[in-house]
Amino acid sequence: MFPAAFDYRAPSSLAEAVDILRQRGEEAKVMAGGQSLIPLLKLRFSQPALVVDIGRLPNLAGIGRHDGHLTIGALTKHAAVESSAEARSVCPLLPEAAHWIADPLIRNQGTVGGSICHADPAGDWGSVMLALGADFVANSESGERVIHAADFFQGPFTTALRPDEVLTEIRIPLAAHSGGAYNKLERKVGDFATVAVAVQVEMNGDKIAKAGIGLTSVGDRNLKAADAEKSLAGKEPTDAVIAEAARLAAAAAEPKSDVRGSAEYKKDIVRVFVQRGLRTAVARAREGRR
Amino acid sequence: MNVSLTVNGTKHSADVEPRVLLVDFIRTNLRLTGTHIGCDTSSCGACTVLVDGTPLKSCTLLAVQVTGRSITTVEGLAAGAAMSPMQTGFHEEHGLQCGFCTPGMMLVGTALLEHNPNPTEEEIRWAISGNICRCTGYMNIVKAIQHAAAIKAAAAQAPKPEAVAAGGGK
Repeated sequence: MFPAAFDYRAPSSLAEAVDILRQRGEEAKVMAGGQSLIPLLKLRFSQPALVVDIGRLPNLAGIGRHDGHLTIGALTKHAAVESSAEARSVCPLLPEAAHWIADPLIRNQGTVGGSICHADPAGDWGSVMLALGADFVANSESGERVIHAADFFQGPFTTALRPDEVLTEIRIPLAAHSGGAYNKLERKVGDFATVAVAVQVEMNGDKIAKAGIGLTSVGDRNLKAADAEKSLAGKEPTDAVIAEAARLAAAAAEPKSDVRGSAEYKKDIVRVFVQRGLRTAVARAREGRR
Repeated sequence: MNVSLTVNGTKHSADVEPRVLLVDFIRTNLRLTGTHIGCDTSSCGACTVLVDGTPLKSCTLLAVQVTGRSITTVEGLAAGAAMSPMQTGFHEEHGLQCGFCTPGMMLVGTALLEHNPNPTEEEIRWAISGNICRCTGYMNIVKAIQHAAAIKAAAAQAPKPEAVAAGGGK
């Protein structure tokens, strides 16, 4: 298989990239690592007139800290997150989730930003970013715009990005006494998730100050389990409180029956994973592992 | 569009369409057919090559994407007639049956030992988890990579011939 013919540009600066997108954004697809786009091109599900390869743009890869946030450059490879000591120390949910993305070879080339912009409802990063309350920085000729993760995912493979914009950075707010967990059920390495759940909690003494829950593969996009999150705020994480949050998250899931399982089964996996994730996240927050 | 690559130490330059996949460039333009096309959907790893030492799936890369980079294919593992430790491991431990996945498995194993010279069995299994053996011969593939690690460890411990010569002479 090979893609339909396309024009190809590999800009050498962000300014050049946004200039190309200003002129031809409507007919273009931006490519970072290509691990989602190239399969679509080969299957001819996507036939853009122009591919703008930003994979070699400088200064868009790397993990750092700025102003109480962990920053992840859009071109940071999944494998770099998986092995990042910085991420492991301040936000272990990130490397834990990265470990479950696709397979090791794809993780060597696929990027965090590319995966987020691809917005596959079965993508892992979307749920993680919803749970973490991340912000996404988009650049265009008219400047920089910050989009909250909760506003970003609009439907299957559809995001709030405009055709003239390119995602450049992910910003994750950091908090003390926080912890997270990613649980994923997959039939085999590299398969899409049957169900996955990202959980992040911030503790205030014995009580949960704030909780974030993101759901993978159980809707037309990565879902934020807002009712479940609200039910946890200000509460001690007792078995009853956790069970109620898990029930609410399962109710928010909208899975479809397919080869990976029935809708009923997937909803129950959401329930189990929210319980399991909350217990792990709370324990990690308490033992200072964030 | 011009593509310039170093493949197994040799520089190649060609004019190709942007849509040409790296695996097709390697097999068709360079006639290096050791890199296989299995699933063609980035699931099986038969097309694995090393790009600047990192294993990637060449069916899911455009040739133009990796211009300027250094590629190692299975043909680049041996030094002349001498098999690499990984190739010896696969030979000694019967690490292949039909051989279709073998180039990818050996390249992934080679890259693994570069940054983790003494991997656990679990680390080996994780490393090859993006590569499918259609004969299901994973047991011996794991043993082959362990064998290669042992060869490399022994070579690293053995005194270098010059050191022996110097010691003996003085």
